[in-house]
Amino acid sequence: MSATRKGLVTFAAIDHAAALATALAKSRGEIIAEVTASKLKGRGGAGFPTGVKWNLAAAARGDAKYVICNADEGEPGTFKDRVILSEVPDLVFAGMTIGGVAIGAPRGIVYLRGEYAYLRAQLEAVLARRRAAKLLGPSVMGTAVSFDIEIRMGSGAYVCGEETALIESLEGQRGEPRNRPPFPVDTGLQGQPTIVNNVETFACVAAIFARGAAWFASIGTEKSTGPKLFSISGDCARPGVYEFPMGITVADLLKEVGGEDAKAVQIGGASGRCVPASEFARTISYEDISTGGSVIVFGPQRDMLAVAKNFMEFFVEESCGQCTPCREGNAKLLEGIEMLEEGRCSAAYLDELLTLGEVMQNASKCGLGQSSPNAFLSIVAHYRDELMGRSHGRAR
Amino acid sequence: MLQTEQQRLKEDIGRWVERYGAQRSSLIPVLQEVQAKYTEISEYAMQEVADHLGIHPVEVYSVVTFYSFLGEEHRGKFVIRLCRTISCDMAGKERIASQLENDLGIRFGETTRDGKFTLQWANCIGMCDQGPALLVNDNVFTGVTSEKVHDILQLCRKSFGPLAVHGNRHEEARR
Repeated sequence: MSATRKGLVTFAAIDHAAALATALAKSRGEIIAEVTASKLKGRGGAGFPTGVKWNLAAAARGDAKYVICNADEGEPGTFKDRVILSEVPDLVFAGMTIGGVAIGAPRGIVYLRGEYAYLRAQLEAVLARRRAAKLLGPSVMGTAVSFDIEIRMGSGAYVCGEETALIESLEGQRGEPRNRPPFPVDTGLQGQPTIVNNVETFACVAAIFARGAAWFASIGTEKSTGPKLFSISGDCARPGVYEFPMGITVADLLKEVGGEDAKAVQIGGASGRCVPASEFARTISYEDISTGGSVIVFGPQRDMLAVAKNFMEFFVEESCGQCTPCREGNAKLLEGIEMLEEGRCSAAYLDELLTLGEVMQNASKCGLGQSSPNAFLSIVAHYRDELMGRSHGRAR
Repeated sequence: MLQTEQQRLKEDIGRWVERYGAQRSSLIPVLQEVQAKYTEISEYAMQEVADHLGIHPVEVYSVVTFYSFLGEEHRGKFVIRLCRTISCDMAGKERIASQLENDLGIRFGETTRDGKFTLQWANCIGMCDQGPALLVNDNVFTGVTSEKVHDILQLCRKSFGPLAVHGNRHEEARR
């Protein structure tokens, strides 16, 4: 691998119009079969097979189905979607259009996070250009397909990245996640069958129709196909967006970005896991360490308790407060971290906190609560000794 | 609120509801417009929006209080949101925070007495490889240093009051 891994290596070379034309020449069934054959999995982090999702939405009955692009990129340490939307927005819009054809939806919505409001004007300009070029509108590329896309803005709530909270928000409600099932593919926006996919997933769809499912499936590993974008930040010489095949080891990735001396890396953002140096031989893939692409590097000097505290503060702030395990649990874990900081947390109480973390993983309503204790649990698992026995300036 | 300003708000809301449609799904876009123009969503505004959409004002209130970019309290003309999440934290956001507080004379969560600046924390704004980063309204600034804080604030100040620089006047002067 060379320096060419930095940036949108594959996506920059994809012809979005050719991809759309290829898809439009296929039947709905053929489009879904192609996506399924590519083995593309959701790029937001959860890794649900895109072909399966589309097939369910295509089979579901509804008067007006929807295609939603989840551009509420709020996971700490993730910024690849911002780069995709800045540099290759046409790929995303082409992917959404293909999704619209596949499930029979005439409307697409991009839910763009409020923090990215500065991207809106240029995205609207791209949409206008696409309408003028007949890549969107009542007759896409002269076919009977009608599809258009609108942009809706988020208003600063991390939880809206959860697909049902995002739908609630689009319906004018508080961004509180719904119970699943029913899943959005059956009962989504306005009760209609809806696919919600990540920005990068839609760009991958365009790439698949430009280069073929076989090409896509030939990259990466058996279960984790295609190129993947990584957002790299923290203590490394060359942070930024990188493209690697799935299945790369943590050590190889660190070498590429200049972070070889790392003490640990957080993979998957605040809701992900902390991987210590002893496990850098593990691979980043759906089979091993799954991620939406956030990699935060911690250098040798970092205090892992401070890291855990920053993540817990994030979750205390961003919990929607709807269910008890998440609302109360995160506050309790943060309180525990403050006790560790002040050196007044017993080993027994720390074990209680770990149990609480497991309860939160099992009992929280949505992905936010279920994953919020991950960072704390993995940091305690690997750095227990570093966290305990602090005196915090107390006199003996 | 002056009668005339109330009237203006009422007219604006009527216009925005017309643009987005009088249905519940228009609630957030309409509130975003109110927030952007008036820098607050007053009780009067919430009642007015509720009447237009045919919902209880408490429904509007529950949405306004849920989203961090919407709020009842008056915010400054410039809302500065400094990212406090891990990568920006490791890149030195604390020093930027102190400098902002010193230069503005307010703490985080407060608004300057002239109503021009509000200082808030933001959770990850997606500039993790270029931290410390902050948003001033919809604009992003990256690689912020303590020294750059002053420049950013000056840039804001030049758009109002005695320090205001209007593009047109410069154009005229050049001619």
